[in-house]
Amino acid sequence: MSQGQYVAAAYGVVFAFVLVYVAIIAAKLVRLQRETAELLELVRRKDAAARRDPAPVVEARSEA
Amino acid sequence: MTYLADVAALTRKDLRVELRAGDTLPAMLLFVLSTLVVFHFALPEGTGDEAAYGLLWVAIVFAALLGLARAWVPEQEHGVLDGLVLAPSDRSAIWLGKTLATLAFLAAAQVVALPAFILFFAPLDLTAIAGVLLADIGICAVGSLMAAMASAGRSRELLLPLLVLPLAIPLIVGGVGAAISPESERYLLLLALYDGVFAVLSWASFEYVVTEHSS
Amino acid sequence: MSTSAIRSVPGLALLTAGLMGSALVLALIVVPEDADQGISQRIFYIHVPIALTAYFCFGLGAWKALLLLWRGEERHDLESYVAIHQGTIFGALTLITGSIWAKASWGRWWLWSEDQLVLFLVLFLFYCAYFMLRFSLEDGPRRARSSAVYALFGVVLIPVSFLAIRLAEDLIHPTVFTRDGPQMSGSMFATFCVAWGAVTLLAYVLYRVELAGKRLDADLRDLREALP
Repeated sequence: MSQGQYVAAAYGVVFAFVLVYVAIIAAKLVRLQRETAELLELVRRKDAAARRDPAPVVEARSEA
Repeated sequence: MTYLADVAALTRKDLRVELRAGDTLPAMLLFVLSTLVVFHFALPEGTGDEAAYGLLWVAIVFAALLGLARAWVPEQEHGVLDGLVLAPSDRSAIWLGKTLATLAFLAAAQVVALPAFILFFAPLDLTAIAGVLLADIGICAVGSLMAAMASAGRSRELLLPLLVLPLAIPLIVGGVGAAISPESERYLLLLALYDGVFAVLSWASFEYVVTEHSS
Repeated sequence: MSTSAIRSVPGLALLTAGLMGSALVLALIVVPEDADQGISQRIFYIHVPIALTAYFCFGLGAWKALLLLWRGEERHDLESYVAIHQGTIFGALTLITGSIWAKASWGRWWLWSEDQLVLFLVLFLFYCAYFMLRFSLEDGPRRARSSAVYALFGVVLIPVSFLAIRLAEDLIHPTVFTRDGPQMSGSMFATFCVAWGAVTLLAYVLYRVELAGKRLDADLRDLREALP
């Protein structure tokens, strides 16, 4: 390998690290998206259940 | 004054437990001697004495690790550490007591190991021995703190060497230098600096490492 | 806390991009080639800033650790952890770029005579053990405090190890490879400064992004627990 290629390799490694970082963050975003969607689903289900059953007024008061 | 009394009591406790059970000291001793013999076979023909000094330090560090592990494992298993922490004394006294006890064991093992080294390999002058003593202090001080940290978690026997070895590197440099370099004072100074800085740091931070609640 | 933490980051990231771009152009094209070492000297402009940035991250981690022990606020634990995480990544990069530089300059992938590389190896081992420590302890104040104490030991270890390595050189390598020439021309120094600023800023941006991500994780977990 010529000297110039070593220089390119050194800078290239740094560049690659940063890109891997971006990939990891993207993956994390995907996971966070999924979790938020799950939580949203949970809330919606709770809402629907509360509307179907008017009885737990006591529950509503204790939650507030 | 009660602080020193606490420390003395704790050190005495460890020493007494060891004298009764009597398994740590012989193990450390045998370990160092066996290692020295292994080194003889590990060193190729014609290597100078200097390689032997290097290996001596490897043996010392690993023997110290053995001693540290044995000093802390029973404490964790029997919940002794939790009991000591609840006691009204200053918690750093626990660290000091443990360090002194481990130091005693290490020094006792070396009383046999060093003459054996001189017999098998190469002579040790006064500066070399001073180096050994100073490094003993350093490794026991730092090792006690690391052992306390590791004792709360899983796989603590594996974790202790990992935590201690990088910190032991300056000690090895100092020790070997004190033994073989013509300018051994510089290395002894390095060891003294290490001991001063890290012993104080360990003593001061022990409290934070063993308490559970935030206070 | 999470929202305000992330708001300034895109701006910082753009600034980093600009600075990094300038640094690359300066280091690879504009700055004159070193007479003695040739083209491989250009690695210096990325290798040393990365090393300095790693020190910066370890220092930041130790500072947050000190804040944790001193003030007891839990958020400093995560901040310290993320800073040390960054430091370790940049430390690994230091070793890799340093190794490439050693191969380009001296023909060998590793040189025990290079103080900085050896020091980084010791520190890298030390901080890898930091993660082992964290993973073996249960989440809680004890883990936070043990990690903090360990992080403080790390920064104290830096000068002590440096001294030790310097002394060790006399033992192991009586003939010393000459280190990088300390005398830099004006343009070289300017390029170095730009590169240094760029890499430090890069580390800081990554630190903020990672911190925000972890905080978001924790918030979502709390939210999940709040909902039955």
